[in-house]
Amino acid sequence: MKTKLINQSNCRPVITEPGNSALLKTGTWRTLEPVLNKEHCINCLLCWLYCPDMSVIVRDGKVEGFDMDYCKGCGICALECHGKKGEKAILMRKEEKE
Amino acid sequence: MTTSLKLKDLSKKEMLLAPGHRMCQGCGAAIVVKMVLLAIDKPVVACSPTGCLEVTTCISDYTAWKIPWIHSAFENAAATMAGVETMYRALKKRGKISQDISFVVFAGDGGTYDIGLQSLSGAMERGHDMLYICYDNGAYMNTGTQRSGATPFGASTTTSPAGSSVPGKMQHRKDITRIMAAHNIPYVAQASPSHHLDLMRKIQKAMSISGPKFINILSPCHRGWRSKSDDAIALSRLAVNTCYWPLFEMDNGKTQLTHTPKEKLPLKDFLRPQGRFAHLFRPENEWIIEQSQTQIDADWNAMIGAGAGASGVIEE
Ligand code: SF4
Ligand code: SF4
Repeated sequence: MKTKLINQSNCRPVITEPGNSALLKTGTWRTLEPVLNKEHCINCLLCWLYCPDMSVIVRDGKVEGFDMDYCKGCGICALECHGKKGEKAILMRKEEKE
Repeated sequence: MTTSLKLKDLSKKEMLLAPGHRMCQGCGAAIVVKMVLLAIDKPVVACSPTGCLEVTTCISDYTAWKIPWIHSAFENAAATMAGVETMYRALKKRGKISQDISFVVFAGDGGTYDIGLQSLSGAMERGHDMLYICYDNGAYMNTGTQRSGATPFGASTTTSPAGSSVPGKMQHRKDITRIMAAHNIPYVAQASPSHHLDLMRKIQKAMSISGPKFINILSPCHRGWRSKSDDAIALSRLAVNTCYWPLFEMDNGKTQLTHTPKEKLPLKDFLRPQGRFAHLFRPENEWIIEQSQTQIDADWNAMIGAGAGASGVIEE
């Protein structure tokens, strides 16, 4: 009997497009949203490192904001932010949904 | 050249784990994988057995991995990776591949301490050139928090529920890091995402050594730990500072602490924010906390006594 290749059936065991999970927008899970106040930011980038959803946007070593397509609103960035002189640069607030 | 671990430099690197993965908000495992992939500079092939990380990073036709990644069964991630690594060596010998590639397993505690232990032990004993990482969240979280060999003493899980019959899990954790060290492999370490520089240095050190390496990384899970969605880093920091999760490495058999807490905090500080330990604070169960504290103190003192004092101060 000839071996039937698994990929010929409907189940596809091989995904050939790396990182295509980005097509799935997890931002809809959020109830709280992070808000950045750049004045208090020292660009330590800890928020960027700790975000489990790759949702802190950094350009040239500076925090620019959040990727709301994916941010799940966990609040880790806000909790871990030291900010400047005890003033956090990230706070969580309830998101107004349309 | 090894990648600089300055966050400014790392932020310019391509992130090899894509967003859109379905890990719960605030999941520690996602942070661990991210840090590991950032620290590695060579092309990497990875494998994960069944577990939270596997089901959430590869759903149906979608993958969050930007590296070749294989899903194996629960019990054989180490064997799968051993096979891939062997094939790579064979192809290299025949001149069919010239690139330097590294091989990494990302497995949960269920796939490491329990179900995957025999294939892991075999792969380590045979000396395959791979890094096996256990992201340890202390239970079978993917299926709704069943106790595992990694679940701490006294923790309430769905299969060790705290109630009138038992006050949570009545067995102590298996010491997997030492079990792996007993295989006499060149490098074994324990790390925590709260101490990211220490974690990433250990990854880079492991990558520079050929042969089998094992690193156990604490991976907070607020769903199973019954805590808050924002406390993965805060809890892993408390785990280190209470010496529940000491940071150390065993380099060719020599044990070295890589971090000593400025002030050793009482274990209660780590337990209190977690609902899985809430019942331990009732008077009739306090003996469990006392017993756990005694155990932690004994382990910590044994490590210091064996001359494993911290080699250098690593940032908080
Ligand atoms: S953690 Fe806070 S201070 Fe640091 S870069 Fe992020 S926003 Fe800025
Ligand atoms: S709230 Fe959570 S997911 Fe959103 S940016 Fe902050 S750390 Fe990332």
